[in-house]
Amino acid sequence: MSTATREGTIKGRLGDSPPRPDGLAKTQGAFAFAGDLSADGFLWGATLRSPHAHARIRGIDLSAAWKIDGVAAVITAGDVPGKPTYGLISKDQPVFAADVVRYVGEPVAAVAADHPETCRRALAAIVVDYEMLPPLFDPERAIDGSHPPIHPDGNVIRRQRIITGDQSLQGEVIVEGTYELGMQDQAFLGLEAALALPDPGGAGVELFVATQWLHEDRGQIAACLGLAPEEVRLTLGGVGGAFGAREDISLQVHTCLLALRTGRPVRLAYSREESFLGHVHRHPATIWMRHHATAQGSIQRIEARLVLDGGAYASTSSAVLINAVTHVQGPYKCANATVDGYAVRTNNLPCGAMRGFGVVQACFAHEGQMDKLAAACGLDPVEIRLLNAMETGDSLITGQVIENVAPVAECITRVAALPLPDAPVGGRDGDPLDLPGGAGLTADPAHIRRGIGWGVAIKNLMYSEAFDDYATARCTLSNGVASLKFATVEVGQGFVVLAQQIARSVLGVDDVVLEPIDTTIGSAGSTSASRQTWMSGGAVDGACRLVRERLFELVGAQYDIEPVQLAIDGRDVIDTMGTLRVSVSAATAGIELVETFEHHHRPTEELDENGHGNCHTAFAFVAHRAVVDVDPELGLVKVVQVATAQDVGVALNPLSVLGQIEGGIAQGLGLAVMEEIIFTDGRVRNASFTDYLLPTMLDMPTVVAALIEHPDPMAPLGAKGVGEPPTISSTPAIVAAIRDAIGRDLSRVPVRPADICLP
Amino acid sequence: MREINLVINGSDVQATVADRLLLSDFIRDDQRLTGTHVGCEHGYCGSCTVLLDGASVRSCLTLAVQTDGHVIETVESLAVGADLHPIQEAFRSNHGLQCGFCTPGLLMTTLELARENRDCSRDEIRERLAGNLCRCTGYHQIVDAVQAVLRTGLSR
Repeated sequence: MSTATREGTIKGRLGDSPPRPDGLAKTQGAFAFAGDLSADGFLWGATLRSPHAHARIRGIDLSAAWKIDGVAAVITAGDVPGKPTYGLISKDQPVFAADVVRYVGEPVAAVAADHPETCRRALAAIVVDYEMLPPLFDPERAIDGSHPPIHPDGNVIRRQRIITGDQSLQGEVIVEGTYELGMQDQAFLGLEAALALPDPGGAGVELFVATQWLHEDRGQIAACLGLAPEEVRLTLGGVGGAFGAREDISLQVHTCLLALRTGRPVRLAYSREESFLGHVHRHPATIWMRHHATAQGSIQRIEARLVLDGGAYASTSSAVLINAVTHVQGPYKCANATVDGYAVRTNNLPCGAMRGFGVVQACFAHEGQMDKLAAACGLDPVEIRLLNAMETGDSLITGQVIENVAPVAECITRVAALPLPDAPVGGRDGDPLDLPGGAGLTADPAHIRRGIGWGVAIKNLMYSEAFDDYATARCTLSNGVASLKFATVEVGQGFVVLAQQIARSVLGVDDVVLEPIDTTIGSAGSTSASRQTWMSGGAVDGACRLVRERLFELVGAQYDIEPVQLAIDGRDVIDTMGTLRVSVSAATAGIELVETFEHHHRPTEELDENGHGNCHTAFAFVAHRAVVDVDPELGLVKVVQVATAQDVGVALNPLSVLGQIEGGIAQGLGLAVMEEIIFTDGRVRNASFTDYLLPTMLDMPTVVAALIEHPDPMAPLGAKGVGEPPTISSTPAIVAAIRDAIGRDLSRVPVRPADICLP
Repeated sequence: MREINLVINGSDVQATVADRLLLSDFIRDDQRLTGTHVGCEHGYCGSCTVLLDGASVRSCLTLAVQTDGHVIETVESLAVGADLHPIQEAFRSNHGLQCGFCTPGLLMTTLELARENRDCSRDEIRERLAGNLCRCTGYHQIVDAVQAVLRTGLSR
């Protein structure tokens, strides 16, 4: 009784690499990014920002701005009807600075007008009377209390210690170092943009915005607008990359305020320069570490002091700090720890989420230490890491037991077995593009030195510290077509294709329609923390499975078969104990099966004052090996190859996984040798892509990747998140390779030419 | 203000524009062809790449008045109805895009290369496309896509 209407097997199931559905619109130029949105009669918005790092606002004169033809609104802190501040964890950041500005770039006012030029003139006409206050730029002065509080919440956002085991143990071998990281920008290409539409009936506002978490935005926006959450409706505007920078509020509240004030649609978009000021960045950090080990190289105790510069407002600094302190042991066994960490407030740019979220900083330190330890013990970098590699069942320094699959040693040995580059030092055929410095023809090929370095990492997945993290999805099955609804933000990572793969696999359908991503369904949580495959994937899988149960009940009742005997085979429902075979489309003809599922991960705990507690949900692991060519005379680096083995659980879409790995390595390379926001007295000096350097196609090394696939029983689909690990240990691997090439102790990223070639 | 006459994606266009209007703003705001993206505003990222008389240009570094009497091709010219152009299909099937913001610029740069109608090594592809930044992919799957289309050619 086969009623299947299509030939062949279903394409695009889990484990295949189907192309992403939005690839059609994205390659045609038809995909609407947030900055492409428009509405009849819309006004342009723009933001006035503080030119000072720390100053009191004595007064603001808006009168000249209001007089400009075409200006429809000029608003400041006094125009915020609801809560004057927002924030992801503590609500400490003003919508507009009211009495004090705390960083260069802090919003002070906003305007709406008929043309961007009018906006520019209006901003220039606003007169703000500032009284300078002493700025705080040095994180150590935030800690030692020598600078008065720059915010009512104080200058220390969070301090967290981890005190575990023997506090006086001294190893036979002791190595120590201090490691520094500069401030990295997420540098997504699609600039911040939003379009707000006021409800004509006065029932709130609708916002189209590129963000990472629609429901969290909605809650923060509604509070500031003084509206109920249901009066603020959010739809995802196309997101041109995120990498953490869209997790915080930037222009959302301003755009809504201008729209509500004018009663007209308002479109607000940042320029590239403004974007550097308008979102949070990766925390600059200074990390001191001392490792104690046996003479043979087994780690016995770590000591660490971590200082993260959170900038002017808290954002996610406290969570970034927890990630940093709880990952500072690396993927290595360690029984005793003395760790002290601070996230502090300064008058620098606010810092928050960026891919890797605190673990990037910790990993750069612990991997530098592992190489020092190897040298001190007479081992090579692979031996020291294998000797100490963590396994399932080991306790972290927080006391949390690793319950996940933990193939650390396997990641390391698989990378070690991957081929080294066959290109000789300095490249082949005398092509200058293979040389450090490229076609600048600055490198003398005879002097180029090659180095090899290692980095290995542990990364938590999902949210931590007792947060009830969940994701919601709805599945509708009708006439053999599945339709999925979720608020999961697609930033480019490819959840949209994964969701279709899940539905095809569970329900035996070819066609999976994706409904708009908006707030008309429950939250999906944030697209961050490598969590959406696990969380929203779990929600879609759960919803599809509920629908499949209904389908089996239906078919079972129709043919008098126990539903538990039924299964999906290809496009059909089959009786596993008999001969029935009926297509899913025939079985769902003219009916609609609808189910919603909320996936929660297991509960976690807050850390206590000694840093103990089961604070994390799950972990993934990764190893990197980098090969670099270095011009020691001019300090230029060419990354030749990065080899990696990554613990992915299951590769649900192998080409998507590879895309995450290669893209993550590019960002790790950027932090290693290129990317840093440069400041003078809190003022960004390189807020453009000519001065803030991003890896180009010619900077990108060959990538050799091995996917380590051991399905994780804790994960809904057996798959671990794959987005962050590639970014984490690629950076220390590249730096270790440079150290290996030139024999210098490099302790800061990005590595600058002067770090390589000056004594 | 100045009157310009040009061809955009095969259609004659007549417009009166400010002398200093950027081609990118003309394309996006006046012509509502929003597939051409602006990522850096000063010619560095390549997202705004279009073809001017067949040659790739940064539309954010070109004035609209410079296109008077010339032919502009944007990403919207590639597909015929629902039929993807071979370059579009190659990017899509090789996972040569994630967020997709850089994609239109890369497609147009690739089109210029593909019209030379010859195979290229991966190194040569990288050299030709190095002026287009991508922040998501790490570029390898883009090179895969370009290599695939150069091998099969532009015939549909």
